[in-house]
Amino acid sequence: MSETAQVVRQPLPVGSAGKLSGGWWGMMALIVTEASLFGYLLFTYFYLAAQTVQDWPPGGLPSLLIPGINTVILLGSSVAFWVGERRIRQGKAQSSIFGFIAAIALGSAFVAIQLLEWRNKTYSINSDLYGSLYFTITGFHLCHVIIGLGVLLLLLAWTMMGYFDHKRHVAITIGGVYWHFVDVVWLFVFSALYLSPYLHRG
Amino acid sequence: MAATDATQHRIEPLLERIPEVGRIPAGSAIEARLERIWETAPGWRGWLSTVDHKTIGVRYLVTAFLFLVIGGIEALFLRIQLAGPDMAFLTPEQYNQLFTMHGVTMIFLYASPVLSGFSNYLWPLLLGSRDMAFPRLNALSYWIFLFAGLFMYISFPLGQAPNAGWFNYVPFSGPVYNTGPNIDVFALGMVLLGISTTVGSINFVVTLFRMRAPGMTINRVPILVWGTLTASVANLFAIPAVSLAFFLLWLDRQIGAHFFDVANNGQPLLWQHLFWIFGHPWVYVVVLPAMGIVSDALPTFCRRPLVGYTAVALATMATMLLGFGVWVHHMFATGLPTVALSIFGAASMVISIPSAVAVFAWIATIWLGKPVFKTPFLFFAGFVALFIIGGMSGVMTAAVPLDWQLNETYFIVAHLHYVLLGINVFPVVGAIYYWFPKFTGRMMSEKLGKWSFWTMFIGFNAGFFPMHIAGLLGMPRRIYTYPSRMGWDEVNLITTVGSFIFAVGVLIFLVNVVLSLKRGAWAGANPWDAPTLEWAVSSPPPAYNFATIPTIASRHPLWEGRIEGEREHSRTRLEEGYLLMRGRETLGTSPIDAKPVVILKMPEDSYTPFLVGLFVSLLFVGLLLHSWTFTALMAASSCAALSVWMWPRRKLGQRTTGYRSASAERGGESP
Amino acid sequence: MKASESGFDSRSAIRNLRFRITFLALSMIAARPSEAADTLDTPLNYFLYSYGPAATPIMHLGWLMTALLSAITLIVILLLVIALVRKRSSAAPGVIGAESGGLRWVYIGTGISTFILAGLTVYFLAVLNAVAKPTETPALTLTVTGYDWWWSIEYEHADPAKRFVTANEIHIPVGRPVLLKLKSADVIHAFWVPVLAGKTQMIPGLVNQKWIQADVPGIYVGQCAQFCGAAHAHMNLEVVAESDRDFEKWQEAQRRTAFPVSGHNEHGYKLFMDRCGGCHAVRGTEAEGLHGPDLTHLNSRRRIAAGLLTNTPDHLMKWITRAQYFKPGARMPSIALSDSEASALASYLSTLN
Repeated sequence: MSETAQVVRQPLPVGSAGKLSGGWWGMMALIVTEASLFGYLLFTYFYLAAQTVQDWPPGGLPSLLIPGINTVILLGSSVAFWVGERRIRQGKAQSSIFGFIAAIALGSAFVAIQLLEWRNKTYSINSDLYGSLYFTITGFHLCHVIIGLGVLLLLLAWTMMGYFDHKRHVAITIGGVYWHFVDVVWLFVFSALYLSPYLHRG
Repeated sequence: MAATDATQHRIEPLLERIPEVGRIPAGSAIEARLERIWETAPGWRGWLSTVDHKTIGVRYLVTAFLFLVIGGIEALFLRIQLAGPDMAFLTPEQYNQLFTMHGVTMIFLYASPVLSGFSNYLWPLLLGSRDMAFPRLNALSYWIFLFAGLFMYISFPLGQAPNAGWFNYVPFSGPVYNTGPNIDVFALGMVLLGISTTVGSINFVVTLFRMRAPGMTINRVPILVWGTLTASVANLFAIPAVSLAFFLLWLDRQIGAHFFDVANNGQPLLWQHLFWIFGHPWVYVVVLPAMGIVSDALPTFCRRPLVGYTAVALATMATMLLGFGVWVHHMFATGLPTVALSIFGAASMVISIPSAVAVFAWIATIWLGKPVFKTPFLFFAGFVALFIIGGMSGVMTAAVPLDWQLNETYFIVAHLHYVLLGINVFPVVGAIYYWFPKFTGRMMSEKLGKWSFWTMFIGFNAGFFPMHIAGLLGMPRRIYTYPSRMGWDEVNLITTVGSFIFAVGVLIFLVNVVLSLKRGAWAGANPWDAPTLEWAVSSPPPAYNFATIPTIASRHPLWEGRIEGEREHSRTRLEEGYLLMRGRETLGTSPIDAKPVVILKMPEDSYTPFLVGLFVSLLFVGLLLHSWTFTALMAASSCAALSVWMWPRRKLGQRTTGYRSASAERGGESP
Repeated sequence: MKASESGFDSRSAIRNLRFRITFLALSMIAARPSEAADTLDTPLNYFLYSYGPAATPIMHLGWLMTALLSAITLIVILLLVIALVRKRSSAAPGVIGAESGGLRWVYIGTGISTFILAGLTVYFLAVLNAVAKPTETPALTLTVTGYDWWWSIEYEHADPAKRFVTANEIHIPVGRPVLLKLKSADVIHAFWVPVLAGKTQMIPGLVNQKWIQADVPGIYVGQCAQFCGAAHAHMNLEVVAESDRDFEKWQEAQRRTAFPVSGHNEHGYKLFMDRCGGCHAVRGTEAEGLHGPDLTHLNSRRRIAAGLLTNTPDHLMKWITRAQYFKPGARMPSIALSDSEASALASYLSTLN
């Protein structure tokens, strides 16, 4: 004789409990689709670069110094955020604020330097094919950084309002992984736009 | 975690608890309380703020059907123009806009959204949950779909609708050869629609992995769920390609970028790659869930479970996996190297194999079952026949050299209509007949149903089969007229007549819907004696779906104990289960074996999805009109609305502390 | 309705039968026609007719696949129908059939399908190989450029003096492979002469190559096969395959510049230079426009307006004065001419042999 399935009785976490929350899964899915977007952008870059008859990049090899420094700054921002998040997990929500402030400051520095880098370019988005690619790809990334900074500012505000403790801080986890993603994507953009021409020429 | 320490729970009731188990008899006071928790406010407030997946699902269905009717009328105009040689019913420009909008409407605004409609309505019911993983995202997805649809029609009344075909090849769609707003509307509309599709897909993926009733292990989910899951995962990878392509095109057109600009080293062929990297998986996006519908509903009428559940589920995923590797078969005539053509041609042959698995599974199910010839079954059986024909013509186009002849002729038009109408429209109409009692509580008329099936089936074949012949006689697609000396007069006349017969069939179906809404016989919970969970709840289902979360023990919860040769196993528990009624709650389970892992707090109804959808859509209007201030304002408004949306709330367990006192929140939580 | 104005003689008696014949031929795979394509009622019918080695293997592939896949379709649909209607023993109501069983269907069906698909793959790859390149060196290289909405054809020659340009009508020597370099001047078009070869896109910025060969003398119709805008429907061309001698004669004639203008054509000549020369070229005159077809030997062509009308003096003048009526959206404007202007222009055009 068959028996009816048993209902399990055990204590369960309630609500948005870290990686059990829907939001974490949703962010993972969003990152998959965003990563695809950057994948197609870089595909576009290499597809067009491979078929062009001009010198590539047309203006000569890009200088690595400032973008290199900027890369370090952005990675530093990720590290700072990670430190802040760790403080929250350890139950030291108040001191995590400094981590977040550092992350935002470094992220903003990245944006400022990137904008300066843009201003120093002799080409523009509509001057030639390389300009279109350069400004569109870095523009897409810069947009993501700016949105990420907006998210970080909200997270900072919420943390300062004392919303989060070591038990519940799902917004920090989710916002943080997005920020790390934006930083990792930069490594690919940097490699494609700044490093790959050297390989090509070398 | 065996923390059964009662004191701990008393201290932090918000963070962890043992879910209460019990029964909720129909009509009891406790049921009324559950109803209050989940009900939507009446009037326009509820209309704009509801996040109920059933309401959203019905909205998707109704909107998609409206687009189907619009696209269908456009098709009839085209068929009048082509009824005879040298006709001048439409000007070339009118013809080009109509065939473009016909394709855009059917492929983007009908075929996929209609399936989203079914999945939105049915998933939580099929999976034994109270809602989708992200109810507000669900609402957002619908609003943006609606606005994107309106957006793409914005220039239609001005006679400046998109006019470069649904795959919109550059440079014809570029700034030099297409100077009006036609293509900008299409480009921005597609990016906007992409947002809707993407958030919808994220919702489906997370729902599948998080929201199944306990016991519904991964090998017990209905095939429709497999189909929509596969389509949604594919969307996550494919949509960015088309959104990017259209955005780059817009940059070329409006900002003066050079991605596709030949004069400045751009490459028109890049468009074809980006478009078809998306386009081919998209073909499967609009058929796999429909195939899933048949795999789930056909067995109901065959009085036996589907043959080869595992094989069909795996075939579904295999199709999509291969689907990402065959996009070049839309580009066989672009002059690519022979080696590449050989590889992509062979891959396109291989992709037929999973389809064969499904076809033989369906035929075997019918063969071994005892068919009940109700209207939905007729549509599903008809679908199998059309699937076979559409599949075979697909094999012919996979053969590279033969495709050099078939490509861009009416043979392709015939093939794609057999695939899209055969595999999408027929199952969809069958599915409406099947689930209409669940949606409305009333049955549809069988008599009108059979009339609608036979008219549609005969009209469809009369209209679209001759297109194969027209293609073999060399008729290219997208020509607005043809001279008599080409010898295409008769096939086209027959096609036109057939298409009107088909349209009459669709009309009979729509009349049936309207009449049955008012006069249909009452259905009861399970009029077809179907096996899956959605039939366990009343018709139409209550706002909370399941009074108690069921515990599932098989693929056919409602057939248990009646299946021949059934191995003894425990039975699905439907009456008694988790109560979960401290506010909107449902159960989160583990991804593979569906063990309870978390009590999920579901959001209340909210205006933010509507507002975000509106602001984002207006942002695209700003881009279209080059009104940068307005665009920036709308971007800021979207961000503000999103911040409100995302604001962490105690009620949802997103935070424990904050400026509001804990007691106030707790008070608000259990009404 | 423009049929009456297009000037095509109807062959209605034969056409009535065509539909049935097509179906018959589908099943019978009848003997090859020996006559040329210009007598066909369906000039683009690549399924039943092919006239060269770039098309014939594809036609045979089409026959085999159609026959085989139609047979499979019928068998599987027959299985479906039997499944639907076969008699069944009655069972107790409410009893549901067992879930197990039936997998044999899936295994056998999928197994056979895979086997057939593998065979077809091998066959089509062989055909692809056979038609990808001609077996002998091409006798002739042409550059065909797609324009909105007509075709420019450039005959290459080692001696630049022997190169020449024509439009919408390609002449080739019979029985010899001809290499085509396909270009586009504006949007994507596709070159397609179905009974000689499959289609190939003409993509701006790229040069695609294809080859054609006609083994039977005759006239073969081609059509643009990639949607390219308003007059996509009216972008035809013709391939005239003729003996080596006729071809050489034609080539010699095409290489010549236009005849010098005689006195009584002076007025028409001036009109042409004023109103037409900006877009059209006539070699040997100051008309050097490159936007429209080269008209040096206009009267040697069978059709005008990219296949739309037969080339009669009457059609020619109708086309010039009412181009937008015949081919809406065409780059060629309708040109307002007084009666005397029209007859002068007609008189000059009649010299472009």
